[in-house]
Amino acid sequence: MLRLELYKIFKKPRTYISFGIVTAFALVIQLALVADGKNFIAFAMQGVSAQFDIGGNVLNGYLVTYIILQSLLLQIPLLIALVAGDVLAGEANMGTLRLLLTKPVSRSKIVLVKFTAAVCYALLLLLWLAVIALGLSILFFGTGDLVNMKSDAFVVLLKDDIMWRYIAAFMFAALAMTTVAALALLLSAFADNSIGPIMGTMGIIVVLMIFSTLDLPIFDVVKQYLFTTHMVGWKGFFDDPVPYDAIRFSAIVLVVYTILFVGATVFYFRKKDIKS
Amino acid sequence: MSDNIIEAKALSKTFGSFTAVTDLSFSIQQGDVYGFLGQNGAGKSTTIRMLLGLIYPDAGEVYIKGQLFNNQSRHLLQHIGAIIERPDMYLYLSGWDNLKMFARLSGKPIKDPRLHEVLEIVGLKGREQDKVKAYSQGMKQRLGIAIALVHNPDLLILDEPTNGLDPQGIAEMRLLIQSLSRDHGKTILISSHLLYEIEQIATRMIILHRGRKVVEGAVRQLLDPAETLMQVDILPDESIGVKLNSSEWNKHIHEISAAKLVFKMHPSQMPALNNWLVAQGAQVLQIRSSHSLEAYFLSLTNEADVKAGTV
Repeated sequence: MLRLELYKIFKKPRTYISFGIVTAFALVIQLALVADGKNFIAFAMQGVSAQFDIGGNVLNGYLVTYIILQSLLLQIPLLIALVAGDVLAGEANMGTLRLLLTKPVSRSKIVLVKFTAAVCYALLLLLWLAVIALGLSILFFGTGDLVNMKSDAFVVLLKDDIMWRYIAAFMFAALAMTTVAALALLLSAFADNSIGPIMGTMGIIVVLMIFSTLDLPIFDVVKQYLFTTHMVGWKGFFDDPVPYDAIRFSAIVLVVYTILFVGATVFYFRKKDIKS
Repeated sequence: MSDNIIEAKALSKTFGSFTAVTDLSFSIQQGDVYGFLGQNGAGKSTTIRMLLGLIYPDAGEVYIKGQLFNNQSRHLLQHIGAIIERPDMYLYLSGWDNLKMFARLSGKPIKDPRLHEVLEIVGLKGREQDKVKAYSQGMKQRLGIAIALVHNPDLLILDEPTNGLDPQGIAEMRLLIQSLSRDHGKTILISSHLLYEIEQIATRMIILHRGRKVVEGAVRQLLDPAETLMQVDILPDESIGVKLNSSEWNKHIHEISAAKLVFKMHPSQMPALNNWLVAQGAQVLQIRSSHSLEAYFLSLTNEADVKAGTV
């Protein structure tokens, strides 16, 4: 049944829009940095270049990949929602949901298979992003030490100490995108067309991200439990030392949210009257 | 053991303040072509969705082959194939892909030769590789029937299968349904608001009105031909009414005016009546039978409305 779901997803032209957008976005940044990268680096490092003498190939593939990943923070969840928000609501809109539900398959299984298919899509999209962002960046800019410029510090990671961090970061991002897929699936179960769940997922993520990034004491207690706060946990792998406790906590929060979202979807969908 | 393929017991369903179905019971037996008749909004689709587990009844039960059907016994759906309202499919896939996909979900192992066989039965052979978005409405309906039929179910549920079809498509669909019953031994539940369709196809039927059963039984028994309404249009002649009232035909009179005479009688009596009318000097313009089922349906639903105090 999973194979059938994946077949449906990858036969739909809409699915490839995401891959196209990711490719275009990464290429635009890469080409812009090929054309004007030196000025960008000079501008970015103007605060530290007076105190530190940083040599070597600073504008390398690892840094460009990091820039691309940071820039796609909001776009990737949107692209995941584009498919995950469609898996139930899209079928309801097309009318195929009722045909599907006249088959001797449990509703829980249908939800879980659709969720798994959406996660597979998310993983493939991330893998594609890894190939395009990391692969092409290394091809265009070569490798070197990664200078991770943060608002209050900068971290230099040695060239041979970076690849595992990217692998770990992509694995963490996969977990975060699984949570996004679970949220989109939940909203998809409530709707009879895909626009609502896609926009709803994005709306929730944007609003919660604002809460997560606002430095107001009133939000401090709440924001540590918002999943959006932990979606950027992958950045921890580019710190030195790596804050494993914080990353572990973020991963647990994301897993708990994913279980809650999928559990709520199964619970609701099992009881839902199919009137569309 | 009962011959019932499916049995509904005291089904009721309410959506908010709207009562869609009330205390509805009926059963469909092996070999039936069971007509589900009612106006739009009578509760046909809601009932069919309850039979298939798409909508949960507020009260009542559904039994499939004698076993209680609920969320824990969805495997019983392998005995049923269905099209609900419209034959909606994955438009971006071919007919073959759609058929194969739903065949795999049917709970039975189905090999390619069976897919070819059902395509042959519904008349789609040769068009199976076309994308469904290129299909006409009639072809989509046929593919819908192929999907419903592919796992060789005991019961086919066809909800308004002629919706959206042109007259030729309707006639072809009728022939296909008759063939499925006659040549392939399928038990069929067919719902329609088109009375003529049900009369042509069904062996047993139920009439629903405002979510309630008005009548259920064998079509032949319910539609006694001796009760056919025959209408004779004549050039206006007041004397004909007087002559009719004093003749042997008066017991058949249903309604009389100067230009319109309506009789309740068997159609085979019509030639004799026509001869008599001509002999009495009536100038007959045309003779037609009021649709028997339509008249029956209207009389029953009007009666139900009167009883319910809604008219």
